Parts: sequence; structure tokens; C-alpha cells
Amino acid sequence: MKKLLKIFLIFFKIGSFTFGGGYAMLPIIKRELVDNLGWIKENDIYNYYAIGQSTPGIIAVNTATMTGYSLCGIKGALAATSGFIMPSLIIITLIASFFKRFQQINLFQHAFAAIQVAVVALIIDIVIKMWQKSDKSKISLLIFLLAFLLLVIFDLSPVFVILGSAAAGILIQYYRGNLQPAYHNYHNQNQESDK
Amino acid sequence: MIYLILFLEFFKVGLFALGGGLAALPFLQDLIVKYGWMTSAELLNMIAISESTPGAIGINTATFIGNNTAGIPGGIIATAGLAAPSIIIITIIAHYFESFNQHPLVKSAFSGIRPAVAGLIASAAFELARGGIFNLNNLQFNNNLLQFFDYKSLFLLVIIFAAIRKFKKHPIFYIMAAALIGIIFKF
Repeated sequence: MKKLLKIFLIFFKIGSFTFGGGYAMLPIIKRELVDNLGWIKENDIYNYYAIGQSTPGIIAVNTATMTGYSLCGIKGALAATSGFIMPSLIIITLIASFFKRFQQINLFQHAFAAIQVAVVALIIDIVIKMWQKSDKSKISLLIFLLAFLLLVIFDLSPVFVILGSAAAGILIQYYRGNLQPAYHNYHNQNQESDK
Repeated sequence: MIYLILFLEFFKVGLFALGGGLAALPFLQDLIVKYGWMTSAELLNMIAISESTPGAIGINTATFIGNNTAGIPGGIIATAGLAAPSIIIITIIAHYFESFNQHPLVKSAFSGIRPAVAGLIASAAFELARGGIFNLNNLQFNNNLLQFFDYKSLFLLVIIFAAIRKFKKHPIFYIMAAALIGIIFKF
């Protein structure tokens, strides 16, 4: 119960400070769950985000559900998602009820313009950290650049980028000859654990 | 009855909108026309507010439309409808993912996906910077190259980035600091 409450509160905090798309939540998730609590591995978060990105629904909600589930099953998923959504509900309800002219309040406009710059800086920092956490191979760099260019220049849907890179990952491991022995080990281990 | 309609319609949006809040836009457009809940201009205004307030853009917009249509309960129900497909689908995926994530095929797939996700996130930062720092959107209106950069934003970007690398404070610290700087220096 204590853990569920903590998950709820952490995702409440994340929901309160995610400006922009779902990617903007990654620096805060990493700080809270990887650096501060050590509840989750850094690479796992990026995997969850990739899954969130390539399944239907709001990416941030998908990522929150996936992360919450990995921490505490279905209850964790519900705690994380409701925590993430709660600040939106509160803030938007307040704006809809009291600040019909929200957009004309210059204070928020100025703050938001600068927050966007901070988000860009935080995202660049996360991308560098992802590179440091990767295998740093030439082929990874190639996939990174290709994904970036396809998205920026050709406006390709992220779903295709993720599916394509998944296929590339499997092919690369296959041609390197890593797949067969890995299969072998995997099945042996499974058999051992069955006994 | 309106609550049931809100829940089901937003459930559909959540089910079919693939690829983030903005992918939901055409669905929302159809929705408000179909039921006559608001004008397109009002919807665009709501989306603009949803983009500049914390939280996922899709969730914010759902709360807004629901609230506008059927008060506070409407906002809650529309949001629950939008989030429900995510919770169901992801819970099923997560359930199987735990037993498959050590499978060699899945591990190989993720070895390719991870650098692509880095590219995805970098492209999101680029798109954000395109509007806020490089002024690419204004370039067609005045061909003056000196106005290519928004120097104030570029300067802030360099400072915040250096601070992130040096001090490693909580991301929320930088967001709050930027908000304050934005208000003081009128960004």
C-alpha cells in the first residue's frame, strides 16, 4: 500500500511537470525511479517508452501504465496512470472554470516559452545519456541517425520507425550469429528452471 | 446519457489514436462536429491551452472538452474514457512482456529499437526547437537570416544545458527556473 501511494505521488509529480509530448516525462521518470529510488533500470524505461509509442493510446499514459505495471502489477499500473492524469484533471478543470481567458494572460505565455527551451535542453541531455548507455556501435549510431532523419525530413510515423528498427535489430543479431546460441541458452535455462 | 456518450467516444479516440496527442486531433475534430459540442475555433483554442499546461496534451484536451460539454463530471469521464484503452491494452502487453522480455528475439528487437527511440526523442527536441529557438516557422515571412535564431532562447538553451551537465539537479528545478526566467525576461 505504501509503495502504491509512492507510485501515485511520483507520477502525480511527473504529470505536473510534463510540458509537451510524452518524451518530456522521461527526464523526470529517470531521475525519480532510476537515480533516486533504483526501482527500475534505465534501459527498461526506454523500452517501455518504445512500447508506449507503438501501441494505440496516449503515449504518456501508455508509458505510465507500463512503468507502473512493472513496479507493482495491475495495481501499480492504475496508481501510476491515475497519478499522472490527476494534475491534468485539476489544472484543466480550474482553467475551464475560472480562466476562460487563460491564453491572454501574458505571464503564462512567457513562462511557457522559456519552459519549452528547458525541455529541449533536458531532452538533449537524455539523448546523450541514452547514447552512453548503449553499446556505442557504429550500427547503433546509424539506426539513431536514420530514425532521426526519417522522422524530421520525411515525417514518417514513429510506429514505422520502431517496427523497422525492431526488424533491423533482429537481422543484425542474426547475421552476427548471436541469435542461435542465445536461443540455445534461453531454452536450456527454461528447461532447467522447469525441473 | 451525455456521460455515456463522452466515455464511449473518447474511448474510441484512445483506441484508434496512434502516435501521441496530436494524432487524436482529427478524431476530436469529427467528434465536436458530429455532436455540435463546440466550434473548430474553440477546439483549437482548447488544444493551444492544453499544449501549454502540464500533462499529456490528449488528456488535457479530453478534460477540456468533457468539462465544456458536461461540467466537472464530464471532464473526468471523458478523460477516463481516453485513458481506458491504454490501460487495458498496455496491461495485457505488460503481462506478457514480463515473460517474453528475456526471449532472444525480443532482446534482439530491442537492441535495434533503443537507438531508434533515441532518434525519436531527438527529433521531438528538434521539432520543439524549430518553433522556439530557430524561428524556422517565421523564415518564410521575412528572409532576413539574422532573424533565423531567437538569440534570447538560444542563449537560455546553452545556459540551461550547461547547468544540467554540471549540476545534475532534478529536472523540475530547471523547468521552474526557466519559467521564472521566462516571466522576468518576457520570453
